[in-house]
Amino acid sequence: MTASSTPSLNAFESLLDSPRVAVDPAVRESYAIDGFAPAGVAKPASVEEAAEIVRFAVKEKLAVVPVGARTKLSIGATPIRYDIALDMTAINQMSHYDPADLTVSVGAGMPLAELNATLREHNQFLPLLVPYYSRTTIGGTIASGIDSPLRQAYGTSRDFLLGAEFIDGTGALVKSGGRVVKNVTGYDLHKLLIGSFGSLGVITALNFRTFPAPANPRGFLASFSTPEAALSARRKIAESPLSPLTLDVLNPLAARIFAERAPSSPEPPVFAGENHHHVESPLAAPGEWFHPSDWQLCAAFAGVPEVLHRYSRDLTRIAEQFGATSISILDDATRPSIWGRLREALVLVRESSPFAVIVKLNVLPSLQAQALSILDAVGHAAKIPPALIARASGTLYIALLPLDTAADAFAEPLALLAQEIVSLCHRFEGRASLLFAPPTIKHVLDSTLNSGHNFDLALMRRVKSAFDPHNIFAPDRLFSPST
Amino acid sequence: MRWHGDTLYSEGSPAEPPMLMTQILIRQLENILGPDAILHLPEDVLLYEYDGSVEKGRPDVVVFPQTTHEVSQIVKLAAQRNIPIIGRGAGTGLSGGALAPSGGLLIAFTRMNRILDLDFENQRAVVQPGVVNLDLTRAVEHAGLYFAPDPSSQKSCTIGGNVAENAGGPHTLAYGVTTNHVTALELVLPDGEIVRVGNKHGEAFLYDLTGLLIGSEGTLALITEITVKLSRKPEAIKTLLAIFDTIDDASETVADITARGITPAACEMLDGWTLRTVEDYIHAGFPLDSAAVLLIEVEGITEAVTAQAATIDEICHIHHAREVRVARDDKERDLLWKGRKNSFGALGRVASGIYVLDGVIPRSKLPQTLRRIQEIGQQFGFRISNIFHAGDGNLHPIVLYDPRDAEQYKRALQASAEIIRYCVEVGGSLSGEHGIGMEKNELMPLLFSDADFALMRRVHDALNPNCLLNPGKVFPLNKGCGETRVRPQIPQAVAHS
Repeated sequence: MTASSTPSLNAFESLLDSPRVAVDPAVRESYAIDGFAPAGVAKPASVEEAAEIVRFAVKEKLAVVPVGARTKLSIGATPIRYDIALDMTAINQMSHYDPADLTVSVGAGMPLAELNATLREHNQFLPLLVPYYSRTTIGGTIASGIDSPLRQAYGTSRDFLLGAEFIDGTGALVKSGGRVVKNVTGYDLHKLLIGSFGSLGVITALNFRTFPAPANPRGFLASFSTPEAALSARRKIAESPLSPLTLDVLNPLAARIFAERAPSSPEPPVFAGENHHHVESPLAAPGEWFHPSDWQLCAAFAGVPEVLHRYSRDLTRIAEQFGATSISILDDATRPSIWGRLREALVLVRESSPFAVIVKLNVLPSLQAQALSILDAVGHAAKIPPALIARASGTLYIALLPLDTAADAFAEPLALLAQEIVSLCHRFEGRASLLFAPPTIKHVLDSTLNSGHNFDLALMRRVKSAFDPHNIFAPDRLFSPST
Repeated sequence: MRWHGDTLYSEGSPAEPPMLMTQILIRQLENILGPDAILHLPEDVLLYEYDGSVEKGRPDVVVFPQTTHEVSQIVKLAAQRNIPIIGRGAGTGLSGGALAPSGGLLIAFTRMNRILDLDFENQRAVVQPGVVNLDLTRAVEHAGLYFAPDPSSQKSCTIGGNVAENAGGPHTLAYGVTTNHVTALELVLPDGEIVRVGNKHGEAFLYDLTGLLIGSEGTLALITEITVKLSRKPEAIKTLLAIFDTIDDASETVADITARGITPAACEMLDGWTLRTVEDYIHAGFPLDSAAVLLIEVEGITEAVTAQAATIDEICHIHHAREVRVARDDKERDLLWKGRKNSFGALGRVASGIYVLDGVIPRSKLPQTLRRIQEIGQQFGFRISNIFHAGDGNLHPIVLYDPRDAEQYKRALQASAEIIRYCVEVGGSLSGEHGIGMEKNELMPLLFSDADFALMRRVHDALNPNCLLNPGKVFPLNKGCGETRVRPQIPQAVAHS
């Protein structure tokens, strides 16, 4: 649907009442993906309206990208077709919440922070402390497949998404799963929606298992002069009887960004113990106990006083055993400064440089130490030092921050680094995906990184066709021509 | 095999007489597998007519491959002749998933039982589908690890079967079901193509096909290799047995434990009649005059376990528990669990047949659902025993009946459908861990609309376009593969050749 194709434009505008459908440039621009604006924006007030727009798109052969708060739209390939932005933020009702069952059903457009605020009244929460936390919608969080430091204890959304309702590529409203914590009834289609970037369907509602909020959360922070020491300590903790809530290692550049920057958005409280006034303002800078020139091991734990004592004692012992240069136990006053930054780490890195490139690399935990040292060395040699966040689960976030920002100066070394990541994937059975990059170099980087995947996409394409037979949903966002 | 004249099983050459066709097929299978890996005599295949369910379905040929390559070749052969293919592990399934209601070729994975790789540092194991669930734990427990999904049949059920049915078990309350512990699969598609989905790390790249395949009940692909997560054994375990004079008190206790923010590793309930029957057989020390017992287990570091056990004890007493016992050692713990895990066997002593149902409800609906189950039992004239995973609302009502009495069998199925209907009515689902199979496929419309079936069917067809894999399962007959297949018979001449 281009601006000149007036008949379908008129038909589009008559689908919904003004102003829930818009074609004027200012509105369209605010829905742009990598600078590419849609021809129209629709903001349905009901699931039925959303389905009507999908059926219209089927009829007119238009490309639809469902969107939420638009915080992570730049993840995924730049679309080649983008006719309608389907804004789902008005479908934001909590249709069911029974605290005694620990299950909740919410509309896709509900902001995650708002959802957690309701759960918090019942001392429960959804363990998704993801970037752009204060703005992101639950639908966008699931569709982007973004993870959270809490995956160490709670797993990823795959482990607690119980069911979903969505509009498929024929315009039909369909569902999968249910509202119970155990369920083998039909195919788990909702799992496919995680990380699908709107390419399979328009998520309208999601059912989750909720969790009791951890009592008395505490932070643990230890600094080490080498990555080997930090990772060895982390491994020792992972193999101990302890089960910390989070377990991440930061390299010195990531630590420096933590020390120097704060997320620009306010910080809503998540757990019952958190002081509302204290954490809702922008995060305080970490205190002098934070030593950004070192490698940091960050953990969190919670429980009754005896449990807190045990964690403090054992974590301290392990950190000392591996030669920690400093150790801090963080309480409610100090913990949010680190935990909030850990949650918003990708945002902090993005905001630290307009040229930041962020890649997610999944390798087995045992291979992370090697991967980290190779990346650190290669990055420095190329004058593109990486900020690194290494989760104990094996997920590694690599933020490449070019020092020399003249376009022709960083493009080539970036390409070399991407090659290095591809070669790491080959050697370590890893998987890399590009999360954020400046639009000018995104396509090249994406092709390079995708060239490293030697698995068969045929089955995925067949599944995509089953969901979306007319290929109207986010075409080319996941399967760009280069894949 | 009555393949001639039956278009479903017809092959290129219509002139080929059926006997010869069968002989050719057997010979071709022998070429792939050798002589000792094929059963086709009626008295042999008869043993594969059953599984743990109340259904029946006899395959024509049973094969025992040992490698993925063999599976792929067998599948290609069957696909050429349009023969249905059914995968089977140990046959402990409770929904008829491993049965062959329309005949065909049954691939028994029992000889694909090798553990291919153990990676202790990354807590992963790669296994063939025929590895017995508990055997994997036995192979890794020296390293302080175990495989978390623990169905009651874990001494005999296979991991391949666990994956197909997304099996659960008592300890899935805290640790999740099979799907939460599988990171990658190797598949054989119905055209014989070998494909890998997922990866050892576990984070899906693009679509989570591993998640789609788990619990798809053998209707999308055959699974020939599985990468699983291994869990670390807890430092401390406390097992409590709480004894109640009313079922409602026991149910309220479960709700309150959850409300206090405690997620026990397991929380099982046995009703009074059941525990008396079990006690008679197992001698687990269950009190004979109580209305319900809760078997609750908490795991973790010593300090957490001590605190949680104390809180649970307090909650039980608030809800009028007559007594709360704590297992003092592993021996006492094993005895308590023995009572739970062998309860189906114990019930088998007092009835000629037991029909284990599987329904799941929001846990807050427990008391009313248990009352309704008793009413349904009275209505249909059955004793219904209750042993179930109370913590996650997964019910296992057990209907005691005489399977030789056709009328009783029919009524047992009706009572089951009635209970499952009620589960759906209160916001639950058709199956928590046994699957749909051919037991509940006709109940699927209670939950799913035509549009839901249409999408599921398109996904089915994307992987299994000709309905060769496990036909007649999961989908109601009029929403599934359409045609009703005529059960083929093996010609006598071939059977005795």
